[in-house]
Amino acid sequence: MAALRALLATGLAVVAASGFAQEASDAGNWTMPAKDYANTRYSPLDQVNTGNVGTLKLAWVFSTGVLRGHEAAPIIADDTLFIVTPYPNLVYALDLKAPGAPVKWKFSPNPVSSSQGVACCDLVNRGAVWSNGRLYFNALDNQTFALDARTGAEVWHARLGDIRRGETMTMAPLVVKDKVLVGNSGGEYGVRGWLTALDADNGRIAWRAFSTGPDSEVLIGPAFRPFYATDRGKDLGIGTWPGEAWKIGGGTVWGFVSYDPALDVIYYGTGNPGPWNPAQRPGDNKWTSGIFARDPATGQARWFYQMSPHDLHDYDGVNENILIDVTVGGASHRAIVHPDRNGYLYVIDRERGEVLSATPYASVTTSTGVDLQTGRLRYAPDKDPQPGRTVRDICPASPGAKDWQPAAYSPRTRLVYIPHQNLCQDAETAQTSYIAGTPYVGATLKMKPGPGGKRGRVTAWDPAAAKAAWTIDEDLPVWSGALATAGDVVFYGAMDGWFKAVDAKTGAPLWQFKTGSGIVGQPVSFRGPDGKQYVAVLSGIGGWAGTVVANDIDTRDQTAATGFANVVPDLKQKTQKGGALYVFALP
Amino acid sequence: MFSRCHDRPRWRVLACALVAIACTVDARELRVCGDPDNLPYSDAAGRGFENRIVRLVADDIGATLSYYWLPQWRGFTRKTLLEGHCDVIPGIPAAQANVLTTAPYYRGTYALVFRAERVPGLSDLDDARLRTLRIGLPLIGIDAMPTPPGRALARRGIFDNVIGFPVIGERPAPLRMITALARDELDVAIVWSPQAGYFVAQQPAPLSVVLLSPHEGDPEFTFAIAMGVRPDDASLQRTLDGALARLKPQIDAVLREYAVVRAGDDVALGIRP
Repeated sequence: MAALRALLATGLAVVAASGFAQEASDAGNWTMPAKDYANTRYSPLDQVNTGNVGTLKLAWVFSTGVLRGHEAAPIIADDTLFIVTPYPNLVYALDLKAPGAPVKWKFSPNPVSSSQGVACCDLVNRGAVWSNGRLYFNALDNQTFALDARTGAEVWHARLGDIRRGETMTMAPLVVKDKVLVGNSGGEYGVRGWLTALDADNGRIAWRAFSTGPDSEVLIGPAFRPFYATDRGKDLGIGTWPGEAWKIGGGTVWGFVSYDPALDVIYYGTGNPGPWNPAQRPGDNKWTSGIFARDPATGQARWFYQMSPHDLHDYDGVNENILIDVTVGGASHRAIVHPDRNGYLYVIDRERGEVLSATPYASVTTSTGVDLQTGRLRYAPDKDPQPGRTVRDICPASPGAKDWQPAAYSPRTRLVYIPHQNLCQDAETAQTSYIAGTPYVGATLKMKPGPGGKRGRVTAWDPAAAKAAWTIDEDLPVWSGALATAGDVVFYGAMDGWFKAVDAKTGAPLWQFKTGSGIVGQPVSFRGPDGKQYVAVLSGIGGWAGTVVANDIDTRDQTAATGFANVVPDLKQKTQKGGALYVFALP
Repeated sequence: MFSRCHDRPRWRVLACALVAIACTVDARELRVCGDPDNLPYSDAAGRGFENRIVRLVADDIGATLSYYWLPQWRGFTRKTLLEGHCDVIPGIPAAQANVLTTAPYYRGTYALVFRAERVPGLSDLDDARLRTLRIGLPLIGIDAMPTPPGRALARRGIFDNVIGFPVIGERPAPLRMITALARDELDVAIVWSPQAGYFVAQQPAPLSVVLLSPHEGDPEFTFAIAMGVRPDDASLQRTLDGALARLKPQIDAVLREYAVVRAGDDVALGIRP
């Protein structure tokens, strides 16, 4: 913080990082998918830099033997690299001290196969976390596992949800002190969302905070002080829903969790409300499509902010919350930077829950802005999907301006690197469907490229100036995470398999390598036992955007993959299935 | 195609050609995809009415019968028929877009189920009592879409007293709804009529089943039900159409045996299989 004060004293620094106070030994590791509690995905290693990244070479490859979408981040600790695959959620530990990084151990959690039929959008897993000699991860069938990271022996497992009710788990846990934080997926199936804290020692549930329902179950008590008046009142998790709809109201917790050790507060987003058609759930539908700040020891809520009250478009609020300091209006704030699915990049005071700025970072037609007095999103009524009515040019489309794929932040450039998509959709009439013997007519969603015609984009966003510093247009949606390094290089992957390095300051392309399959994973960087800096990424097409390949979907059925088939009909020509880890280093 | 030598993995075709047998009419196999646990339609023990109808069809065309089981959830058609695990799905809407469908063999509609003594004469969505009665609706969930009567209720501003029963869950949603009705936890259930008749007949409470009619501006409640084959399998479609036409009396008898309430049926009270 002394350095921060010095910078601020110059009057030049508008953004600086917090949460970087890593011990030197941690700099070369990557123990959690987001790299640090602040969720920066910033590697302090600088051996690979803008001057030499052009000579980056493949060091070794490891095939996972799994064909679904590989969205996980490799985890590095103790000279070992850990991977958790999509279903069947195999875990590999690779020995970085031996040439070619041979398998040290492998663990199979054997999730029940029916979980495959429940998962909404491919059978992904977003990664494991290493903490204190243990590796924690979630299996698709709602089990959390703790393994001995040296041997792969199971220490405990906990079953947390019910497949039969449509619940799954895909997110990466976060370990905060003695708690393992995990959340559920399945908002499309009438699941009630929650975040659960498990005792890291034994897997017993310490607390569970639901996203809907009475205050006693949402863990709202005397410490809850939301900034906006609309979030104050008793049992709003019931009162902002019709009847008992809150019992199946969604708000699942499938994104990344952040933690501010100084404030001792965790932050995470909640999924969209469900599963009714919006017309059948009048009200704000709290506490869905918003951000919770909570005490990690008790789960008690500190504040909540709802990006999309009464969500109409499947805009989950689960995108990552990057914890950095941002100067807005001349004052420095401990802030959250949150690029939301609804198309706005929010800068939020993380002590108070006040929105400092909310600026579109993509094409938005579904709303006309965020009222900073009330915090409310102003919806555009003509884009409200109505049964039997065709509504065109709904932007962003259901996956949002950005889906799960996490952004990175560099304290050197003070820019947030956002991998995202540029998609709009038309909601057209009527297709007859049948689920479990119950016929109905559903709206047909057809996604299409947004303005400009390119389906993907990487945006380098200046959160203090609230504008883009540079952008890179990509033909396909950019469904991978981003990595920023102290060498001023930003890495990301493309859905056709190219792994790319660009200049963090300008976006100029510096290097690329074609991997075997489309990239939807999270790139990381680490220091090997040999002292060299490595860059690693999982390749393996899938996820919602890539499911047309991972699931062999016939793209002539334009509404398949919940509308994605229409917008990536060329993906099957551009890439094939196959999961593999690629690791790169300088020669 | 249902012949053993068509639409199968290539090695089987090869094996078949090498051995040079079995490509005869009596080697026909009707490969069916179904839900292993979704009565009254089907279960893995073959106790559903669609199981029975498929058995009639297979016997009629001289085919042996085999099943590929998967819960009929999101992506069912794609993960079963379109991936080649079977050649026919019985019991899907005739209007379903991604398959070729046969002529329909029954039509269902949505029905009100209630205790007649509690809400005498209930028959219409505009009945003011529906604003306060506890109404159960199956909740499709996928794509955030309700059943058509759910949309009709929402148009009338009826939400607060509506309770959703997700179709994915332990036991079929209509069974859970009708059980709740019998226990007085609900006043009215709005159920797809083929399921309503069967489940009402399974329990002792005196429940009325009244078919619903949409009003101007409401969505359509009635769906014709057919069998689906792959879009390029017109030959099997023709074969099945022929069998379904020949078997109409037997199929109607099976539907009656399962107390399937069909669109156009008179209001059924106290049905017993």
